[in-house]
Amino acid sequence: MKREDLQLLQKREWCKGCGICVAFCPTKVLIIDTDDKVTIANEDACIKCRQCEQRCPDYAIFLEEASDV
Amino acid sequence: MRSSQLVEKYFRTKNLPHIWCPGCSLGIATRSLVVAIDELGLDKNKTVIVSGIGCSSRAVGYLDFNTIHTTHGRALAFATGVKLANPELHVIVISGDGDASAIGGNHLIHAARRNIDLTLLIFNNNIYGMTGGQFSPTTPHAALGTTAPFGVVEQPFDLVKLAEGAGATYVARGTAFHVNPLVKYYKNAIEHKGFSMVETICICPTYYGRQNKSGTAVQMMHWLKDSFVLNTAYDKMPEEKRQGKHVYGEFVKKDLPEYVEEYVGIIERLKGEEDA
Repeated sequence: MKREDLQLLQKREWCKGCGICVAFCPTKVLIIDTDDKVTIANEDACIKCRQCEQRCPDYAIFLEEASDV
Repeated sequence: MRSSQLVEKYFRTKNLPHIWCPGCSLGIATRSLVVAIDELGLDKNKTVIVSGIGCSSRAVGYLDFNTIHTTHGRALAFATGVKLANPELHVIVISGDGDASAIGGNHLIHAARRNIDLTLLIFNNNIYGMTGGQFSPTTPHAALGTTAPFGVVEQPFDLVKLAEGAGATYVARGTAFHVNPLVKYYKNAIEHKGFSMVETICICPTYYGRQNKSGTAVQMMHWLKDSFVLNTAYDKMPEEKRQGKHVYGEFVKKDLPEYVEEYVGIIERLKGEEDA
């Protein structure tokens, strides 16, 4: 699967707001919003490195094929 | 909103979100196991995941394989029975530091000594989280626990050295921060013929972190990132730079006769003698 076909997606109701994805995102794509949940704030900056997906303890953020959604 | 395909395929999504605390890295370790299983292409119906009791042992409730949530410390004993009864199954045991090295300490050393073809994953968060933060055999010296309000006076187990000393033929240690090597160790452990043990250094921000003022989950993940060094890099480091560093990597990889094969071999031999 090519990187450009991947899209950053979230499962908001599973997020517990720990902030690990926000802290280790190399391009600062993510924020924790006022509801203590992750929000994709700057999607254009995403380099699709999967570091958020790999370290999300709650499976609440992930990259998948865009056409699939 | 849907969840990722990997999660849909291997998790019992009706049980999610899991009960682990915000920032608890047991979810990271559990996902890493699923990635390893997916990359190895194991048949879900021929994979058995066995756990004992504790926060980490809750993982089997979320995993969509043949799973058994057993009694405290006895996961390896149940797993031994499963493997002997049906040697073609991949049997993976998930255990915590307390479950594996305290309550189940004897099962651990004897499963390792026998070199039975099981994969033991110890999710080590250095504390009994589920029961409220009592110190475990891996809680560091002088760290605080609810049963050690003035600091632990004991020395901790080094689970890698323990497993190696007891005879395990594949031994590795990874961390919940260094996910790619962790997945590699899980894969190598599952593929290894014989007893394999991977210790995963996990963070417990709620019960270990609060008592020991380790900071937030993010700060504890930074601690994993900054203080754990790959064993091959550690070996080349000058003595003064080793201060405060911990080691991850693969430590033991060797071939010895495997227990189930030896056992089945004797049965076959005796059957042959009877027939003759």
